Amino acid sequence: MLNTQSKLFFAAIVALAGCSAATTSSGGGGAAAPAVAKDPRVGLAPGTLDAHDTRVVTPAAEASWNLKLVSLTPPAPKFIGSTNSDLAFIGNYAIQGNYNGYQIWDISSPAKPTLKTEYYCPASQSDVSVYRNLLVVSSESNSGRLDCAGTGVKDPISHDRIRGIRMFDISDIANPKYIGNVQTCRGSHTHTLLVDPKDKDNVYVYISGSSGVRPAGELAGCSNAMPDSDPNSAHFRIEVIKIPLAHPEQAAIVSSPRIFNDLTAPPTHGEGAADKAEMDAAIAKGAFVADVGGQKFVLPPAFVNPQLDSVVKARGGMGKPTKADSAAFRAYLPTFVAKMTGGGGGNNKPTGPDQCHDITVYPAIGLAGGACGGYGLLLDIRDPAHPVRLGAVADSNFSYWHSATFNNDGTKILFSDEWGGGGAPKCRAGDKMEWGADAIFELVNNRMVMKSYYKMPAAQTSLENCVAHNGSLIPIPGRDVMIQAWYQGGVSVFDWTDASHPKEIAFFDRGPSAPDHMGPGGSWSVYWYNGVMVSSEILRGLDIFELVPSAFISQNEIDAAKSVHVDYTNTQGQTKIVWPATFSLARAYVDQLARSNGLSTSRITATRSALNAAEQANGSARRNALSQLATKLRNDGSGVSDRAKMQKLSSAVEELANATR
Amino acid sequence: MPMNRPAFRFSFALLGAIALAGIVARAPAQVKSNPELGTTTAGRYPFTAADVHFITGMISHHAQALVMARWAPTHDAGSSVRVLCERIINAQTDEIALMSRWLTVRNQPVPEAKPGPMKMVMNGVEMDMLMPGMLSDDQMMQLDAAKGIEFDRRFLRFMIQHHQGAMTMVNDLFATEGAGQDEAIFKFASDVYADQGTEIDRMQKMLILLLGK
Repeated sequence: MLNTQSKLFFAAIVALAGCSAATTSSGGGGAAAPAVAKDPRVGLAPGTLDAHDTRVVTPAAEASWNLKLVSLTPPAPKFIGSTNSDLAFIGNYAIQGNYNGYQIWDISSPAKPTLKTEYYCPASQSDVSVYRNLLVVSSESNSGRLDCAGTGVKDPISHDRIRGIRMFDISDIANPKYIGNVQTCRGSHTHTLLVDPKDKDNVYVYISGSSGVRPAGELAGCSNAMPDSDPNSAHFRIEVIKIPLAHPEQAAIVSSPRIFNDLTAPPTHGEGAADKAEMDAAIAKGAFVADVGGQKFVLPPAFVNPQLDSVVKARGGMGKPTKADSAAFRAYLPTFVAKMTGGGGGNNKPTGPDQCHDITVYPAIGLAGGACGGYGLLLDIRDPAHPVRLGAVADSNFSYWHSATFNNDGTKILFSDEWGGGGAPKCRAGDKMEWGADAIFELVNNRMVMKSYYKMPAAQTSLENCVAHNGSLIPIPGRDVMIQAWYQGGVSVFDWTDASHPKEIAFFDRGPSAPDHMGPGGSWSVYWYNGVMVSSEILRGLDIFELVPSAFISQNEIDAAKSVHVDYTNTQGQTKIVWPATFSLARAYVDQLARSNGLSTSRITATRSALNAAEQANGSARRNALSQLATKLRNDGSGVSDRAKMQKLSSAVEELANATR
Repeated sequence: MPMNRPAFRFSFALLGAIALAGIVARAPAQVKSNPELGTTTAGRYPFTAADVHFITGMISHHAQALVMARWAPTHDAGSSVRVLCERIINAQTDEIALMSRWLTVRNQPVPEAKPGPMKMVMNGVEMDMLMPGMLSDDQMMQLDAAKGIEFDRRFLRFMIQHHQGAMTMVNDLFATEGAGQDEAIFKFASDVYADQGTEIDRMQKMLILLLGK
């Protein structure tokens, strides 16, 4: 009977020809226009490599704008020719993952980093996180060995293999001590270290691993079956590891949250609350609804009525369908949908993301952004072991959601799309600006509202792998500014304060690493850390940049950014940026008011003079001068068109007054 | 039509299971592992016949996806399917280039990127075999015969099948002894698994949106 119905249904669908399916969208905002008239990044001369593609023979040409390369330090010999991966920072050190292990650089002198530690222990991606004396390193591929040998693991099932995380004690940073590991069913492509403000005794690690499931014979309990046939399936979940700080060797998986269940976000952006209300009303009225992976679709009468008639005919009846006919049709719908969508039988893989690529946690606001397959998720992480999905977005222009960054206020979230996996040249002139880009959302009552795309705007060659990759905020007060790696597309600094109009304000780029093929190279990740920007260059080593003042970033803004000091940084674990009260901070806000015409020119001049005079004074004279200025800034509305920024400025001056002894 | 010979689908797992019975893929039989070649990690993890077979087979697998996707404009596809097809063409063209180079630097024969079956030798008899998920001649004819929304529906169903086959190829690769050790292969295969899995999800939802029209 079902087969007959199936044919009938299919015939009905064929008969629906002529209906359009406008599921694409032109997007929520324009893609960024080129920042400078003739972009010096276009046409940069390629370099050359040795025969093994492991060393630079001739450097490629370079171009930079408002960004200065202060040093380039090649890898230690054991790491040459092996991919440099992600970065973490603690104290004066940058810890750089590499597919052969990790290197620890002393960057206290940015112009001359020195190698403090090299630890040979091959694994991919060797992404790193750090907390106090604890270093966590990811291992995903089949070739990672527990004994750190570089010989690979030939057997498909082997107890020599490590896929998961390794932990090291770096109390003596020159001599890391191996603590132990936690093995996971799908390995750890990368991971996120979560420091819960309420839990001083433990840290948590969210594992992201989208690779295949290990056989149960290699790691007990791993199931490659789908969740509908095995509740213990390693698919459609993430892993949460708890590491007791006093006993990291006791680290273990404490939960495997299924944060993807019943995902209802649409494959296009733009579907809003009205659509959902319409659906709920239709369901309440008893409409026939097809459900695919939690996403519901009301079936139109033109489709439903012939099916009901066919059910009536199938039982040899006549006239209108009975309740029993409707029930029979309703009961059959899921099977029909499964057949339609390529599933069916015991092989019915649920739709929706199977894993996350990256999860960025922001414990200070209790939220995380999950970049998971075809979705961007917003998670409540106040209970670290049990993250709860608050919202999900999809986008027809996004291929593979890769990573997430919140702005400091927690009012926006930026997701990146690593279209092509990072090994493909997705920044050519013909590649769309909405593809392989960032998507910027505003957070409104924990709902993500699409605003725009941002893509590094300079066309690259087909010899340069290029797509959105890892970046971090630059702590310029009062603005949302980010630096981001684009592989061989270089690094791009952009302002996304106006979520609808992101704008590039600085860059650095090299030409292709090789002239005749796509050689290795480019920036894996670039992060701000205590005054400098450190880039993990896949081939060349460690790049360190500094900002150069320009019309887009003033020296005062740079000084204010540099005044922020942190003890450590894991970029997937965002911490709230707090600016100390300094004259630079106040002047940065004045500069921003001048740039945006948020305050009249005469008052800008007067405020700058007042700040200069206060700085010349000491003790109570300085304090009084600043207090008076703060009062004036707060109360005098003349010439003010940017009240919010004036509020920041007056608060900064007041704090500076209060901090003056 | 792009294919003119009868072919049958052949699972990589099956290849693994009966390899001892004398079944050998032709190209892999000539593999000479050369640790000095190619990517930076090639020296540490010499590639295997299964790796070469995977890449070689995936080139023809991708080539068929390109043929299918290029029909979108001529077969009056809807806008969402056209966008999907543009993306597939862009992505898989790049991947064919990447795979061809992977073979070249390892001194392996680079197949022409055409959507036919692979030549396999089974107990001394040469046979044509399609990689998992590839469309049969009959299915390609069905797709070519459709226009408009019916093309969209058939395209999505067939491309879901096609992508699922690619995921099967990845699973089979990793289940093969010694395979997938080379970091370049691991990354590429894992990317195929993740990207095409994500795209299947997208296509399933597109398909059901068509159903609702």
